[in-house]
Amino acid sequence: MNVLDMALQVIIWAVEIVAVVLPLALAVAYTTYAERRIIGWMQVRQGCNRVGPWGLFQPLADGLKMFMKETIIPAKSNKFLFVAAPVLSLMPAFLAYAVVPFGETSLFGFWDKLHVMAIADLNVGILYVMAISSLAIYGILMAGWASNSKYALIGAIRATSQMISYEIAMGFSIVCVLILAGSLSLTDIVHAQAGGILHWYFIPLFPMFIVYFISGAAETNRSPFDLPEGEAELVAGFFVEYSGMWFAVFALAEYAAMILIALMTSILFMGGWNPPFEFLSFIPGTVWLLMKTSFFIFVFIWFRATFPRYRYDQLMRLGWKVFLPLAMGWVAVIGIFTYTPVLSDLIGFWQPWR
Amino acid sequence: MIEIGFFYLFAGMAVFAALGVILSANTMYSAMWLILCFFNASGLFFLLDAEFLGIVLILIYVGAVMVLFMFVVMMLEVNQAQKREGWLNYLPVGGMIALILFVELVAASTSGIFSTGEMAMASHLGAEVNNTVEIGKILYTEYLLGFEIAAIILLVALVGAIVLTLRERKDAKYQDISKQVKVRKEDRLRKVSM
Repeated sequence: MNVLDMALQVIIWAVEIVAVVLPLALAVAYTTYAERRIIGWMQVRQGCNRVGPWGLFQPLADGLKMFMKETIIPAKSNKFLFVAAPVLSLMPAFLAYAVVPFGETSLFGFWDKLHVMAIADLNVGILYVMAISSLAIYGILMAGWASNSKYALIGAIRATSQMISYEIAMGFSIVCVLILAGSLSLTDIVHAQAGGILHWYFIPLFPMFIVYFISGAAETNRSPFDLPEGEAELVAGFFVEYSGMWFAVFALAEYAAMILIALMTSILFMGGWNPPFEFLSFIPGTVWLLMKTSFFIFVFIWFRATFPRYRYDQLMRLGWKVFLPLAMGWVAVIGIFTYTPVLSDLIGFWQPWR
Repeated sequence: MIEIGFFYLFAGMAVFAALGVILSANTMYSAMWLILCFFNASGLFFLLDAEFLGIVLILIYVGAVMVLFMFVVMMLEVNQAQKREGWLNYLPVGGMIALILFVELVAASTSGIFSTGEMAMASHLGAEVNNTVEIGKILYTEYLLGFEIAAIILLVALVGAIVLTLRERKDAKYQDISKQVKVRKEDRLRKVSM
Protein backbone atom coordinates (compact mmCIF):
# COMPACT_ATOMS: atom_id res chain seq x y z
CA MET A 1 0.00 0.00 0.00
CA ASN A 2 1.71 3.17 -1.12
CA VAL A 3 1.18 6.69 0.13
CA LEU A 4 -1.37 7.59 -2.56
CA ASP A 5 -3.57 4.60 -1.71
CA MET A 6 -3.37 5.47 1.96
CA ALA A 7 -4.35 9.07 1.31
CA LEU A 8 -7.30 7.90 -0.78
CA GLN A 9 -8.37 5.52 1.99
CA VAL A 10 -8.19 8.29 4.57
CA ILE A 11 -10.32 10.55 2.36
CA ILE A 12 -12.91 7.78 1.88
CA TRP A 13 -13.08 7.22 5.64
CA ALA A 14 -13.46 10.93 6.27
CA VAL A 15 -16.30 11.14 3.74
CA GLU A 16 -18.00 8.12 5.32
CA ILE A 17 -17.75 9.60 8.80
CA VAL A 18 -19.16 12.94 7.64
CA ALA A 19 -21.94 11.11 5.77
CA VAL A 20 -23.03 9.48 9.03
CA VAL A 21 -22.41 12.26 11.55
CA LEU A 22 -24.02 15.16 9.66
CA PRO A 23 -27.41 13.47 9.09
CA LEU A 24 -27.21 12.22 12.67
CA ALA A 25 -26.75 15.71 14.06
CA LEU A 26 -29.66 16.90 11.91
CA ALA A 27 -31.77 13.94 13.03
CA VAL A 28 -31.04 14.78 16.67
CA ALA A 29 -32.07 18.41 16.12
CA TYR A 30 -35.30 17.43 14.43
CA THR A 31 -36.06 14.71 16.98
CA THR A 32 -36.30 17.47 19.57
CA TYR A 33 -38.69 19.30 17.25
CA ALA A 34 -40.72 16.14 16.64
CA GLU A 35 -40.84 15.49 20.36
CA ARG A 36 -42.31 18.90 21.11
CA ARG A 37 -44.82 18.73 18.27
CA ILE A 38 -45.94 15.17 19.01
CA ILE A 39 -46.27 15.72 22.75
CA GLY A 40 -48.14 18.93 21.98
CA TRP A 41 -50.49 17.04 19.70
CA MET A 42 -51.03 14.30 22.29
CA GLN A 43 -51.77 16.83 24.99
CA VAL A 44 -54.11 18.83 22.72
CA ARG A 45 -51.98 21.93 22.43
CA GLN A 46 -49.92 23.46 19.64
CA GLY A 47 -46.26 22.80 20.43
CA CYS A 48 -43.65 25.02 18.79
CA ASN A 49 -45.12 26.52 15.61
CA ARG A 50 -43.74 30.08 15.50
CA VAL A 51 -40.26 29.93 13.94
CA GLY A 52 -40.56 29.32 10.21
CA PRO A 53 -43.31 27.29 8.52
CA TRP A 54 -44.91 24.92 11.11
CA GLY A 55 -42.08 25.88 13.44
CA LEU A 56 -39.57 23.95 11.36
CA PHE A 57 -36.68 26.30 12.15
CA GLN A 58 -37.19 25.91 15.90
CA PRO A 59 -34.18 23.56 16.39
CA LEU A 60 -31.91 26.08 14.64
CA ALA A 61 -33.25 28.88 16.82
CA ASP A 62 -32.73 26.72 19.91
CA GLY A 63 -29.18 25.94 18.85
CA LEU A 64 -28.45 29.63 18.31
CA LYS A 65 -29.94 30.51 21.69
CA MET A 66 -27.87 27.87 23.46
CA PHE A 67 -24.77 29.04 21.64
CA MET A 68 -25.23 32.66 22.67
CA LYS A 69 -25.73 31.85 26.34
CA GLU A 70 -22.99 32.23 28.87
CA THR A 71 -21.29 29.07 30.05
CA ILE A 72 -21.07 29.24 33.82
CA ILE A 73 -18.48 27.12 35.58
CA PRO A 74 -19.11 26.87 39.33
CA ALA A 75 -16.26 28.22 41.44
CA LYS A 76 -15.93 25.14 43.64
CA SER A 77 -16.15 22.64 40.81
CA ASN A 78 -13.34 20.57 39.37
CA LYS A 79 -12.78 22.74 36.28
CA PHE A 80 -11.11 20.21 34.00
CA LEU A 81 -13.57 17.37 34.54
CA PHE A 82 -16.50 19.77 34.51
CA VAL A 83 -15.60 20.84 30.98
CA ALA A 84 -14.58 17.34 29.88
CA ALA A 85 -17.77 15.62 31.08
CA PRO A 86 -20.13 16.73 28.25
CA VAL A 87 -17.52 15.71 25.68
CA LEU A 88 -17.12 12.36 27.43
CA SER A 89 -20.85 11.74 27.19
CA LEU A 90 -21.17 12.89 23.56
CA MET A 91 -18.22 10.88 22.25
CA PRO A 92 -19.52 7.34 22.89
CA ALA A 93 -22.99 8.31 21.66
CA PHE A 94 -21.54 9.18 18.25
CA LEU A 95 -18.78 6.55 18.28
CA ALA A 96 -21.30 3.70 18.42
CA TYR A 97 -22.61 4.67 14.98
CA ALA A 98 -19.34 3.49 13.42
CA VAL A 99 -20.60 -0.10 13.09
CA VAL A 100 -24.30 0.47 12.43
CA PRO A 101 -25.13 -0.90 8.96
CA PHE A 102 -27.57 1.42 7.22
CA GLY A 103 -28.30 -0.94 4.34
CA GLU A 104 -26.69 -2.55 1.37
CA THR A 105 -25.92 -0.83 -1.89
CA SER A 106 -24.28 -1.53 -5.24
CA LEU A 107 -24.08 2.26 -5.83
CA PHE A 108 -26.64 2.14 -8.67
CA GLY A 109 -24.96 -0.83 -10.35
CA PHE A 110 -21.43 0.65 -10.08
CA TRP A 111 -20.13 -2.28 -7.98
CA ASP A 112 -20.65 -5.91 -8.94
CA LYS A 113 -21.61 -7.08 -5.48
CA LEU A 114 -23.52 -5.45 -2.68
CA HIS A 115 -21.54 -3.47 -0.12
CA VAL A 116 -22.71 -2.84 3.42
CA MET A 117 -23.27 0.82 4.22
CA ALA A 118 -21.34 1.01 7.49
CA ILE A 119 -18.17 2.87 8.40
CA ALA A 120 -16.70 -0.36 9.80
CA ASP A 121 -18.43 -3.69 9.24
CA LEU A 122 -16.96 -5.27 12.36
CA ASN A 123 -17.58 -8.97 12.92
CA VAL A 124 -18.14 -8.30 16.63
CA GLY A 125 -20.40 -5.34 15.80
CA ILE A 126 -23.03 -5.97 18.43
CA LEU A 127 -20.47 -6.30 21.22
CA TYR A 128 -18.89 -3.06 20.02
CA VAL A 129 -22.22 -1.25 20.31
CA MET A 130 -22.75 -2.69 23.80
CA ALA A 131 -19.22 -1.75 24.90
CA ILE A 132 -19.26 1.77 23.52
CA SER A 133 -22.75 2.66 24.69
CA SER A 134 -21.84 1.53 28.20
CA LEU A 135 -19.16 4.24 28.20
CA ALA A 136 -21.80 6.98 28.10
CA ILE A 137 -22.04 6.58 31.85
CA TYR A 138 -18.66 8.20 32.44
CA GLY A 139 -19.81 11.54 31.11
CA ILE A 140 -22.74 11.51 33.52
CA LEU A 141 -20.62 10.29 36.41
CA MET A 142 -17.99 12.97 35.80
CA ALA A 143 -20.61 15.69 35.41
CA GLY A 144 -22.20 14.72 38.71
CA TRP A 145 -18.93 14.51 40.59
CA ALA A 146 -17.16 17.52 39.09
CA SER A 147 -20.11 19.89 39.66
CA ASN A 148 -19.57 19.60 43.41
CA SER A 149 -23.31 19.81 44.01
CA LYS A 150 -25.51 17.47 45.99
CA TYR A 151 -28.25 17.33 43.38
CA ALA A 152 -25.81 16.58 40.59
CA LEU A 153 -24.10 13.86 42.62
CA ILE A 154 -27.36 12.13 43.48
CA GLY A 155 -28.41 12.34 39.83
CA ALA A 156 -25.13 10.79 38.73
CA ILE A 157 -25.42 7.97 41.28
CA ARG A 158 -28.95 7.22 40.15
CA ALA A 159 -27.86 7.20 36.50
CA THR A 160 -25.00 4.83 37.23
CA SER A 161 -26.98 2.23 39.12
CA GLN A 162 -29.83 2.47 36.60
CA MET A 163 -27.60 1.99 33.57
CA ILE A 164 -25.66 -0.89 35.13
CA SER A 165 -28.88 -2.67 36.12
CA TYR A 166 -30.55 -2.44 32.76
CA GLU A 167 -27.44 -3.25 30.76
CA ILE A 168 -27.57 -6.82 32.07
CA ALA A 169 -31.14 -7.48 30.94
CA MET A 170 -30.27 -5.87 27.62
CA GLY A 171 -27.25 -8.13 27.22
CA PHE A 172 -29.29 -11.28 27.85
CA SER A 173 -31.96 -10.25 25.35
CA ILE A 174 -29.18 -9.77 22.79
CA VAL A 175 -27.90 -13.27 23.60
CA CYS A 176 -31.26 -14.64 22.42
CA VAL A 177 -30.81 -12.85 19.10
CA LEU A 178 -27.30 -14.24 18.81
CA ILE A 179 -28.49 -17.82 19.36
CA LEU A 180 -30.95 -17.42 16.51
CA ALA A 181 -28.69 -15.53 14.11
CA GLY A 182 -25.49 -17.45 14.92
CA SER A 183 -23.30 -14.39 14.50
CA LEU A 184 -22.11 -11.28 16.32
CA SER A 185 -21.99 -9.23 13.15
CA LEU A 186 -24.88 -6.80 12.69
CA THR A 187 -24.89 -7.43 8.93
CA ASP A 188 -25.25 -11.19 9.44
CA ILE A 189 -28.04 -10.63 11.96
CA VAL A 190 -29.97 -8.63 9.37
CA HIS A 191 -29.27 -11.21 6.66
CA ALA A 192 -30.54 -13.96 8.97
CA GLN A 193 -33.90 -12.17 9.08
CA ALA A 194 -34.30 -11.95 5.30
CA GLY A 195 -37.46 -13.27 3.66
CA GLY A 196 -40.42 -11.34 4.97
CA ILE A 197 -42.00 -10.34 8.23
CA LEU A 198 -42.38 -13.94 9.49
CA HIS A 199 -38.59 -14.29 9.68
CA TRP A 200 -38.11 -11.24 11.86
CA TYR A 201 -36.92 -11.97 15.36
CA PHE A 202 -39.65 -10.09 17.20
CA ILE A 203 -41.88 -13.14 16.59
CA PRO A 204 -39.90 -15.87 18.39
CA LEU A 205 -38.37 -13.34 20.81
CA PHE A 206 -41.36 -11.14 21.51
CA PRO A 207 -40.73 -10.84 25.30
CA MET A 208 -37.07 -10.04 24.61
CA PHE A 209 -38.08 -7.40 22.10
CA ILE A 210 -40.12 -5.69 24.81
CA VAL A 211 -37.33 -6.13 27.39
CA TYR A 212 -34.73 -4.70 25.01
CA PHE A 213 -36.78 -1.69 24.08
CA ILE A 214 -37.80 -0.80 27.63
CA SER A 215 -34.27 -1.39 28.90
CA GLY A 216 -33.14 0.90 26.11
CA ALA A 217 -35.43 3.60 27.44
CA ALA A 218 -33.94 3.12 30.90
CA GLU A 219 -30.40 3.01 29.52
CA THR A 220 -30.77 6.36 27.76
CA ASN A 221 -32.53 7.95 30.75
CA ARG A 222 -35.69 8.54 28.75
CA SER A 223 -38.94 8.97 30.57
CA PRO A 224 -40.59 7.15 32.32
CA PHE A 225 -37.11 6.24 33.61
CA ASP A 226 -35.64 9.75 33.63
CA LEU A 227 -34.90 9.64 37.35
CA PRO A 228 -31.31 10.91 36.99
CA GLU A 229 -32.71 14.25 35.89
CA GLY A 230 -35.99 14.05 37.79
CA GLU A 231 -36.81 17.73 38.05
CA ALA A 232 -39.38 17.23 40.78
CA GLU A 233 -36.81 16.18 43.37
CA LEU A 234 -33.37 16.82 41.85
CA VAL A 235 -33.94 20.12 39.96
CA ALA A 236 -32.24 18.77 36.82
CA GLY A 237 -30.11 15.93 38.14
CA PHE A 238 -26.58 15.46 36.92
CA PHE A 239 -26.52 18.53 34.64
CA VAL A 240 -28.00 20.96 37.14
CA GLU A 241 -24.86 23.16 37.09
CA TYR A 242 -24.51 23.22 33.31
CA SER A 243 -25.66 26.05 31.11
CA GLY A 244 -25.54 27.16 27.50
CA MET A 245 -23.63 25.06 25.01
CA TRP A 246 -22.42 22.44 27.49
CA PHE A 247 -26.00 21.76 28.51
CA ALA A 248 -26.93 21.38 24.83
CA VAL A 249 -24.15 18.82 24.40
CA PHE A 250 -25.74 16.63 27.08
CA ALA A 251 -29.09 16.85 25.32
CA LEU A 252 -27.40 16.00 22.02
CA ALA A 253 -25.81 12.91 23.57
CA GLU A 254 -29.10 11.77 25.07
CA TYR A 255 -30.97 12.04 21.79
CA ALA A 256 -28.17 10.40 19.81
CA ALA A 257 -28.27 7.49 22.25
CA MET A 258 -32.05 7.27 21.89
CA ILE A 259 -31.80 7.14 18.09
CA LEU A 260 -29.14 4.46 18.44
CA ILE A 261 -31.44 2.31 20.58
CA ALA A 262 -34.23 2.77 18.01
CA LEU A 263 -31.83 1.76 15.22
CA MET A 264 -30.56 -1.28 17.14
CA THR A 265 -34.10 -2.42 17.94
CA SER A 266 -34.97 -2.27 14.23
CA ILE A 267 -31.79 -4.13 13.29
CA LEU A 268 -31.99 -6.82 15.96
CA PHE A 269 -35.71 -7.52 16.07
CA MET A 270 -37.44 -5.93 13.10
CA GLY A 271 -35.38 -7.25 10.20
CA GLY A 272 -33.14 -4.22 9.66
CA TRP A 273 -33.34 -3.12 6.04
CA ASN A 274 -35.50 -6.08 4.93
CA PRO A 275 -38.97 -5.15 3.67
CA PRO A 276 -41.88 -6.93 5.46
CA PHE A 277 -43.34 -8.31 2.23
CA GLU A 278 -41.61 -9.26 -1.00
CA PHE A 279 -43.78 -7.04 -3.21
CA LEU A 280 -42.64 -3.99 -1.21
CA SER A 281 -38.97 -4.54 -2.02
CA PHE A 282 -38.97 -1.76 -4.63
CA ILE A 283 -38.57 0.64 -1.70
CA PRO A 284 -34.81 0.84 -0.89
CA GLY A 285 -33.62 -1.01 2.21
CA THR A 286 -32.22 2.10 3.87
CA VAL A 287 -35.64 3.73 3.67
CA TRP A 288 -37.15 0.69 5.39
CA LEU A 289 -34.55 0.82 8.16
CA LEU A 290 -35.08 4.54 8.71
CA MET A 291 -38.87 4.09 8.68
CA LYS A 292 -38.65 1.44 11.39
CA THR A 293 -36.23 3.61 13.37
CA SER A 294 -38.56 6.61 13.09
CA PHE A 295 -41.39 4.49 14.38
CA PHE A 296 -39.40 3.49 17.46
CA ILE A 297 -38.37 7.09 18.07
CA PHE A 298 -42.06 7.93 17.92
CA VAL A 299 -42.74 5.23 20.51
CA PHE A 300 -40.10 6.74 22.80
CA ILE A 301 -41.82 10.11 22.51
CA TRP A 302 -45.18 8.43 23.02
CA PHE A 303 -43.85 6.92 26.27
CA ARG A 304 -42.83 10.35 27.45
CA ALA A 305 -46.23 11.81 26.74
CA THR A 306 -48.07 8.92 28.37
CA PHE A 307 -46.37 7.50 31.44
CA PRO A 308 -45.65 9.10 34.79
CA ARG A 309 -42.13 8.76 36.12
CA TYR A 310 -41.18 5.58 37.99
CA ARG A 311 -40.26 5.68 41.63
CA TYR A 312 -36.68 4.63 42.25
CA ASP A 313 -37.41 1.32 44.01
CA GLN A 314 -39.93 0.42 41.30
CA LEU A 315 -37.26 1.03 38.69
CA MET A 316 -34.80 -1.28 40.44
CA ARG A 317 -37.47 -3.91 40.97
CA LEU A 318 -38.40 -3.88 37.29
CA GLY A 319 -34.77 -4.24 36.21
CA TRP A 320 -33.58 -6.91 38.62
CA LYS A 321 -36.70 -8.85 39.59
CA VAL A 322 -38.72 -8.80 36.37
CA PHE A 323 -36.53 -8.22 33.32
CA LEU A 324 -33.43 -10.12 34.41
CA PRO A 325 -35.17 -13.44 35.30
CA LEU A 326 -37.38 -13.10 32.21
CA ALA A 327 -34.39 -12.55 29.91
CA MET A 328 -32.37 -15.38 31.47
CA GLY A 329 -35.36 -17.67 31.28
CA TRP A 330 -35.86 -16.87 27.62
CA VAL A 331 -32.20 -17.65 26.88
CA ALA A 332 -32.83 -21.09 28.42
CA VAL A 333 -36.05 -21.52 26.42
CA ILE A 334 -34.33 -20.66 23.14
CA GLY A 335 -31.39 -22.91 24.04
CA ILE A 336 -33.63 -25.88 24.87
CA PHE A 337 -35.63 -25.36 21.67
CA THR A 338 -32.43 -25.26 19.63
CA TYR A 339 -31.11 -28.63 20.86
CA THR A 340 -34.27 -30.71 21.45
CA PRO A 341 -35.01 -32.96 18.45
CA VAL A 342 -38.63 -32.07 17.56
CA LEU A 343 -38.61 -28.51 18.85
CA SER A 344 -35.47 -27.66 16.91
CA ASP A 345 -37.38 -28.06 13.63
CA LEU A 346 -39.85 -25.52 14.95
CA ILE A 347 -37.24 -22.89 15.79
CA GLY A 348 -35.03 -23.84 12.84
CA PHE A 349 -37.25 -21.61 10.74
CA TRP A 350 -35.47 -18.59 12.28
CA GLN A 351 -32.00 -20.16 12.36
CA PRO A 352 -30.38 -19.95 8.93
CA TRP A 353 -27.05 -21.29 10.26
CA ARG A 354 -28.43 -24.85 10.56
CA MET B 1 4.95 -0.02 9.22
CA ILE B 2 1.68 1.52 10.36
CA GLU B 3 1.17 -1.44 12.65
CA ILE B 4 4.46 -0.84 14.45
CA GLY B 5 3.62 2.83 14.76
CA PHE B 6 0.27 2.00 16.33
CA PHE B 7 1.90 -0.59 18.59
CA TYR B 8 4.24 2.04 20.01
CA LEU B 9 1.35 4.48 20.33
CA PHE B 10 -0.84 2.04 22.28
CA ALA B 11 2.02 0.58 24.33
CA GLY B 12 3.46 3.99 25.13
CA MET B 13 0.09 5.39 26.11
CA ALA B 14 -0.61 2.32 28.25
CA VAL B 15 2.63 2.79 30.19
CA PHE B 16 2.03 6.54 30.47
CA ALA B 17 -1.52 5.97 31.75
CA ALA B 18 -0.30 3.34 34.20
CA LEU B 19 2.19 5.88 35.58
CA GLY B 20 -0.67 8.34 35.83
CA VAL B 21 -2.64 5.85 37.94
CA ILE B 22 0.01 5.62 40.63
CA LEU B 23 1.33 9.18 40.48
CA SER B 24 -1.86 11.26 40.58
CA ALA B 25 -2.86 12.36 44.05
CA ASN B 26 -6.58 12.52 43.30
CA THR B 27 -8.16 9.06 43.40
CA MET B 28 -10.74 10.12 40.81
CA TYR B 29 -7.94 10.98 38.39
CA SER B 30 -6.29 7.64 39.13
CA ALA B 31 -9.46 5.84 38.11
CA MET B 32 -9.65 7.89 34.90
CA TRP B 33 -6.05 7.04 34.05
CA LEU B 34 -6.80 3.37 34.63
CA ILE B 35 -9.63 3.59 32.11
CA LEU B 36 -7.23 5.06 29.55
CA CYS B 37 -4.83 2.23 30.31
CA PHE B 38 -7.55 -0.37 29.63
CA PHE B 39 -8.38 1.32 26.33
CA ASN B 40 -4.80 1.12 25.16
CA ALA B 41 -4.51 -2.50 26.26
CA SER B 42 -7.58 -3.29 24.17
CA GLY B 43 -5.94 -1.45 21.26
CA LEU B 44 -3.03 -3.86 21.60
CA PHE B 45 -5.47 -6.78 21.41
CA PHE B 46 -6.91 -5.32 18.22
CA LEU B 47 -3.42 -5.16 16.71
CA LEU B 48 -3.08 -8.89 17.43
CA ASP B 49 -6.35 -9.56 15.51
CA ALA B 50 -8.02 -10.51 18.80
CA GLU B 51 -10.97 -8.16 18.40
CA PHE B 52 -13.21 -10.27 20.62
CA LEU B 53 -10.84 -9.98 23.58
CA GLY B 54 -10.34 -6.28 22.90
CA ILE B 55 -14.05 -5.54 22.91
CA VAL B 56 -14.68 -7.73 25.94
CA LEU B 57 -11.92 -5.90 27.83
CA ILE B 58 -13.72 -2.61 27.20
CA LEU B 59 -17.16 -4.07 27.86
CA ILE B 60 -16.31 -5.68 31.18
CA TYR B 61 -13.48 -3.65 32.67
CA VAL B 62 -14.29 -0.18 31.39
CA GLY B 63 -18.05 -0.60 31.09
CA ALA B 64 -18.74 -2.37 34.37
CA VAL B 65 -15.81 -2.86 36.77
CA MET B 66 -14.44 0.68 36.54
CA VAL B 67 -17.90 2.18 36.89
CA LEU B 68 -18.26 0.43 40.24
CA PHE B 69 -14.73 1.53 41.20
CA MET B 70 -15.64 5.13 40.47
CA PHE B 71 -18.88 4.71 42.33
CA VAL B 72 -16.92 3.82 45.46
CA VAL B 73 -14.19 6.40 44.90
CA MET B 74 -16.79 9.12 44.43
CA MET B 75 -18.20 8.40 47.88
CA LEU B 76 -14.85 8.48 49.66
CA GLU B 77 -13.61 11.53 51.44
CA VAL B 78 -9.86 11.30 51.03
CA ASN B 79 -7.78 13.40 53.32
CA GLN B 80 -4.57 14.22 51.48
CA ALA B 81 -2.53 15.07 54.55
CA GLN B 82 -3.62 11.93 56.37
CA LYS B 83 -2.73 9.82 53.38
CA ARG B 84 0.87 11.00 53.42
CA GLU B 85 1.30 10.18 57.10
CA GLY B 86 3.52 7.25 57.97
CA TRP B 87 4.47 6.27 54.46
CA LEU B 88 7.87 5.24 55.82
CA ASN B 89 6.20 2.38 57.72
CA TYR B 90 4.86 0.95 54.50
CA LEU B 91 8.07 1.46 52.54
CA PRO B 92 9.83 -1.87 53.38
CA VAL B 93 6.87 -4.08 52.42
CA GLY B 94 5.90 -2.01 49.38
CA GLY B 95 9.47 -1.69 48.21
CA MET B 96 10.00 -5.45 48.53
CA ILE B 97 6.90 -6.20 46.41
CA ALA B 98 8.01 -3.67 43.82
CA LEU B 99 11.51 -5.14 43.73
CA ILE B 100 10.25 -8.73 43.34
CA LEU B 101 7.89 -7.71 40.53
CA PHE B 102 10.64 -5.76 38.81
CA VAL B 103 13.07 -8.70 38.95
CA GLU B 104 10.38 -11.06 37.67
CA LEU B 105 9.53 -8.78 34.76
CA VAL B 106 13.15 -8.35 33.76
CA ALA B 107 13.81 -12.10 34.09
CA ALA B 108 10.77 -12.99 32.00
CA SER B 109 11.47 -10.48 29.27
CA THR B 110 15.14 -11.42 28.96
CA SER B 111 14.62 -15.19 29.19
CA GLY B 112 14.16 -15.46 25.44
CA ILE B 113 10.72 -17.06 25.50
CA PHE B 114 9.12 -13.91 24.19
CA SER B 115 11.73 -13.09 21.58
CA THR B 116 12.02 -16.27 19.55
CA GLY B 117 10.63 -14.40 16.60
CA GLU B 118 7.71 -16.77 16.18
CA MET B 119 5.50 -14.83 18.52
CA ALA B 120 6.48 -11.39 17.39
CA MET B 121 6.36 -12.23 13.72
CA ALA B 122 3.13 -14.26 13.64
CA SER B 123 1.44 -13.24 10.40
CA HIS B 124 -2.17 -12.23 10.16
CA LEU B 125 -4.67 -14.91 9.22
CA GLY B 126 -7.18 -14.22 6.48
CA ALA B 127 -10.46 -12.43 7.02
CA GLU B 128 -12.32 -15.77 6.91
CA VAL B 129 -10.87 -16.77 10.29
CA ASN B 130 -13.19 -15.38 12.92
CA ASN B 131 -11.53 -15.40 16.31
CA THR B 132 -14.88 -15.19 18.14
CA VAL B 133 -15.88 -18.49 16.55
CA GLU B 134 -12.47 -20.02 17.26
CA ILE B 135 -12.56 -18.99 20.94
CA GLY B 136 -16.06 -20.43 21.23
CA LYS B 137 -15.03 -23.70 19.66
CA ILE B 138 -12.06 -24.25 21.94
CA LEU B 139 -13.69 -22.87 25.10
CA TYR B 140 -16.78 -25.07 24.93
CA THR B 141 -14.99 -28.28 23.91
CA GLU B 142 -11.44 -28.60 25.17
CA TYR B 143 -11.66 -26.25 28.16
CA LEU B 144 -15.27 -26.94 29.09
CA LEU B 145 -14.41 -28.22 32.58
CA GLY B 146 -12.31 -25.16 33.41
CA PHE B 147 -15.02 -22.93 32.06
CA GLU B 148 -17.67 -24.57 34.24
CA ILE B 149 -15.45 -24.43 37.33
CA ALA B 150 -14.91 -20.72 36.75
CA ALA B 151 -18.65 -20.25 36.36
CA ILE B 152 -19.34 -22.03 39.67
CA ILE B 153 -16.70 -20.00 41.49
CA LEU B 154 -18.29 -16.82 40.18
CA LEU B 155 -21.72 -18.03 41.25
CA VAL B 156 -20.47 -18.80 44.75
CA ALA B 157 -18.89 -15.35 44.97
CA LEU B 158 -22.16 -13.81 43.84
CA VAL B 159 -24.21 -15.67 46.42
CA GLY B 160 -21.62 -14.89 49.08
CA ALA B 161 -21.76 -11.17 48.33
CA ILE B 162 -25.53 -11.20 48.56
CA VAL B 163 -25.53 -13.17 51.83
CA LEU B 164 -22.99 -10.78 53.38
CA THR B 165 -24.90 -7.63 52.49
CA LEU B 166 -28.50 -8.76 52.83
CA ARG B 167 -30.18 -7.59 55.98
CA GLU B 168 -33.84 -7.85 56.69
CA ARG B 169 -35.24 -4.68 58.13
CA LYS B 170 -38.40 -5.15 60.09
CA ASP B 171 -39.21 -1.47 60.46
CA ALA B 172 -39.05 -0.66 56.75
CA LYS B 173 -42.38 -0.49 54.95
CA TYR B 174 -41.92 -2.70 51.92
CA GLN B 175 -44.56 -2.73 49.24
CA ASP B 176 -45.78 -5.99 47.81
CA ILE B 177 -46.45 -5.11 44.21
CA SER B 178 -48.42 -8.26 43.40
CA LYS B 179 -50.68 -7.53 46.36
CA GLN B 180 -51.21 -4.00 45.09
CA VAL B 181 -52.06 -5.24 41.62
CA LYS B 182 -54.46 -7.86 42.95
CA VAL B 183 -56.54 -5.29 44.79
CA ARG B 184 -60.07 -5.03 43.40
CA LYS B 185 -62.56 -2.25 43.66
CA GLU B 186 -64.66 -4.20 46.16
CA ASP B 187 -61.76 -4.36 48.66
CA ARG B 188 -61.38 -0.64 48.95
CA LEU B 189 -64.75 0.88 48.12
CA ARG B 190 -67.77 0.68 50.32
CA LYS B 191 -71.16 1.87 49.26
CA VAL B 192 -72.88 3.89 51.93
CA SER B 193 -76.53 4.66 51.69
CA MET B 194 -77.21 8.28 52.53
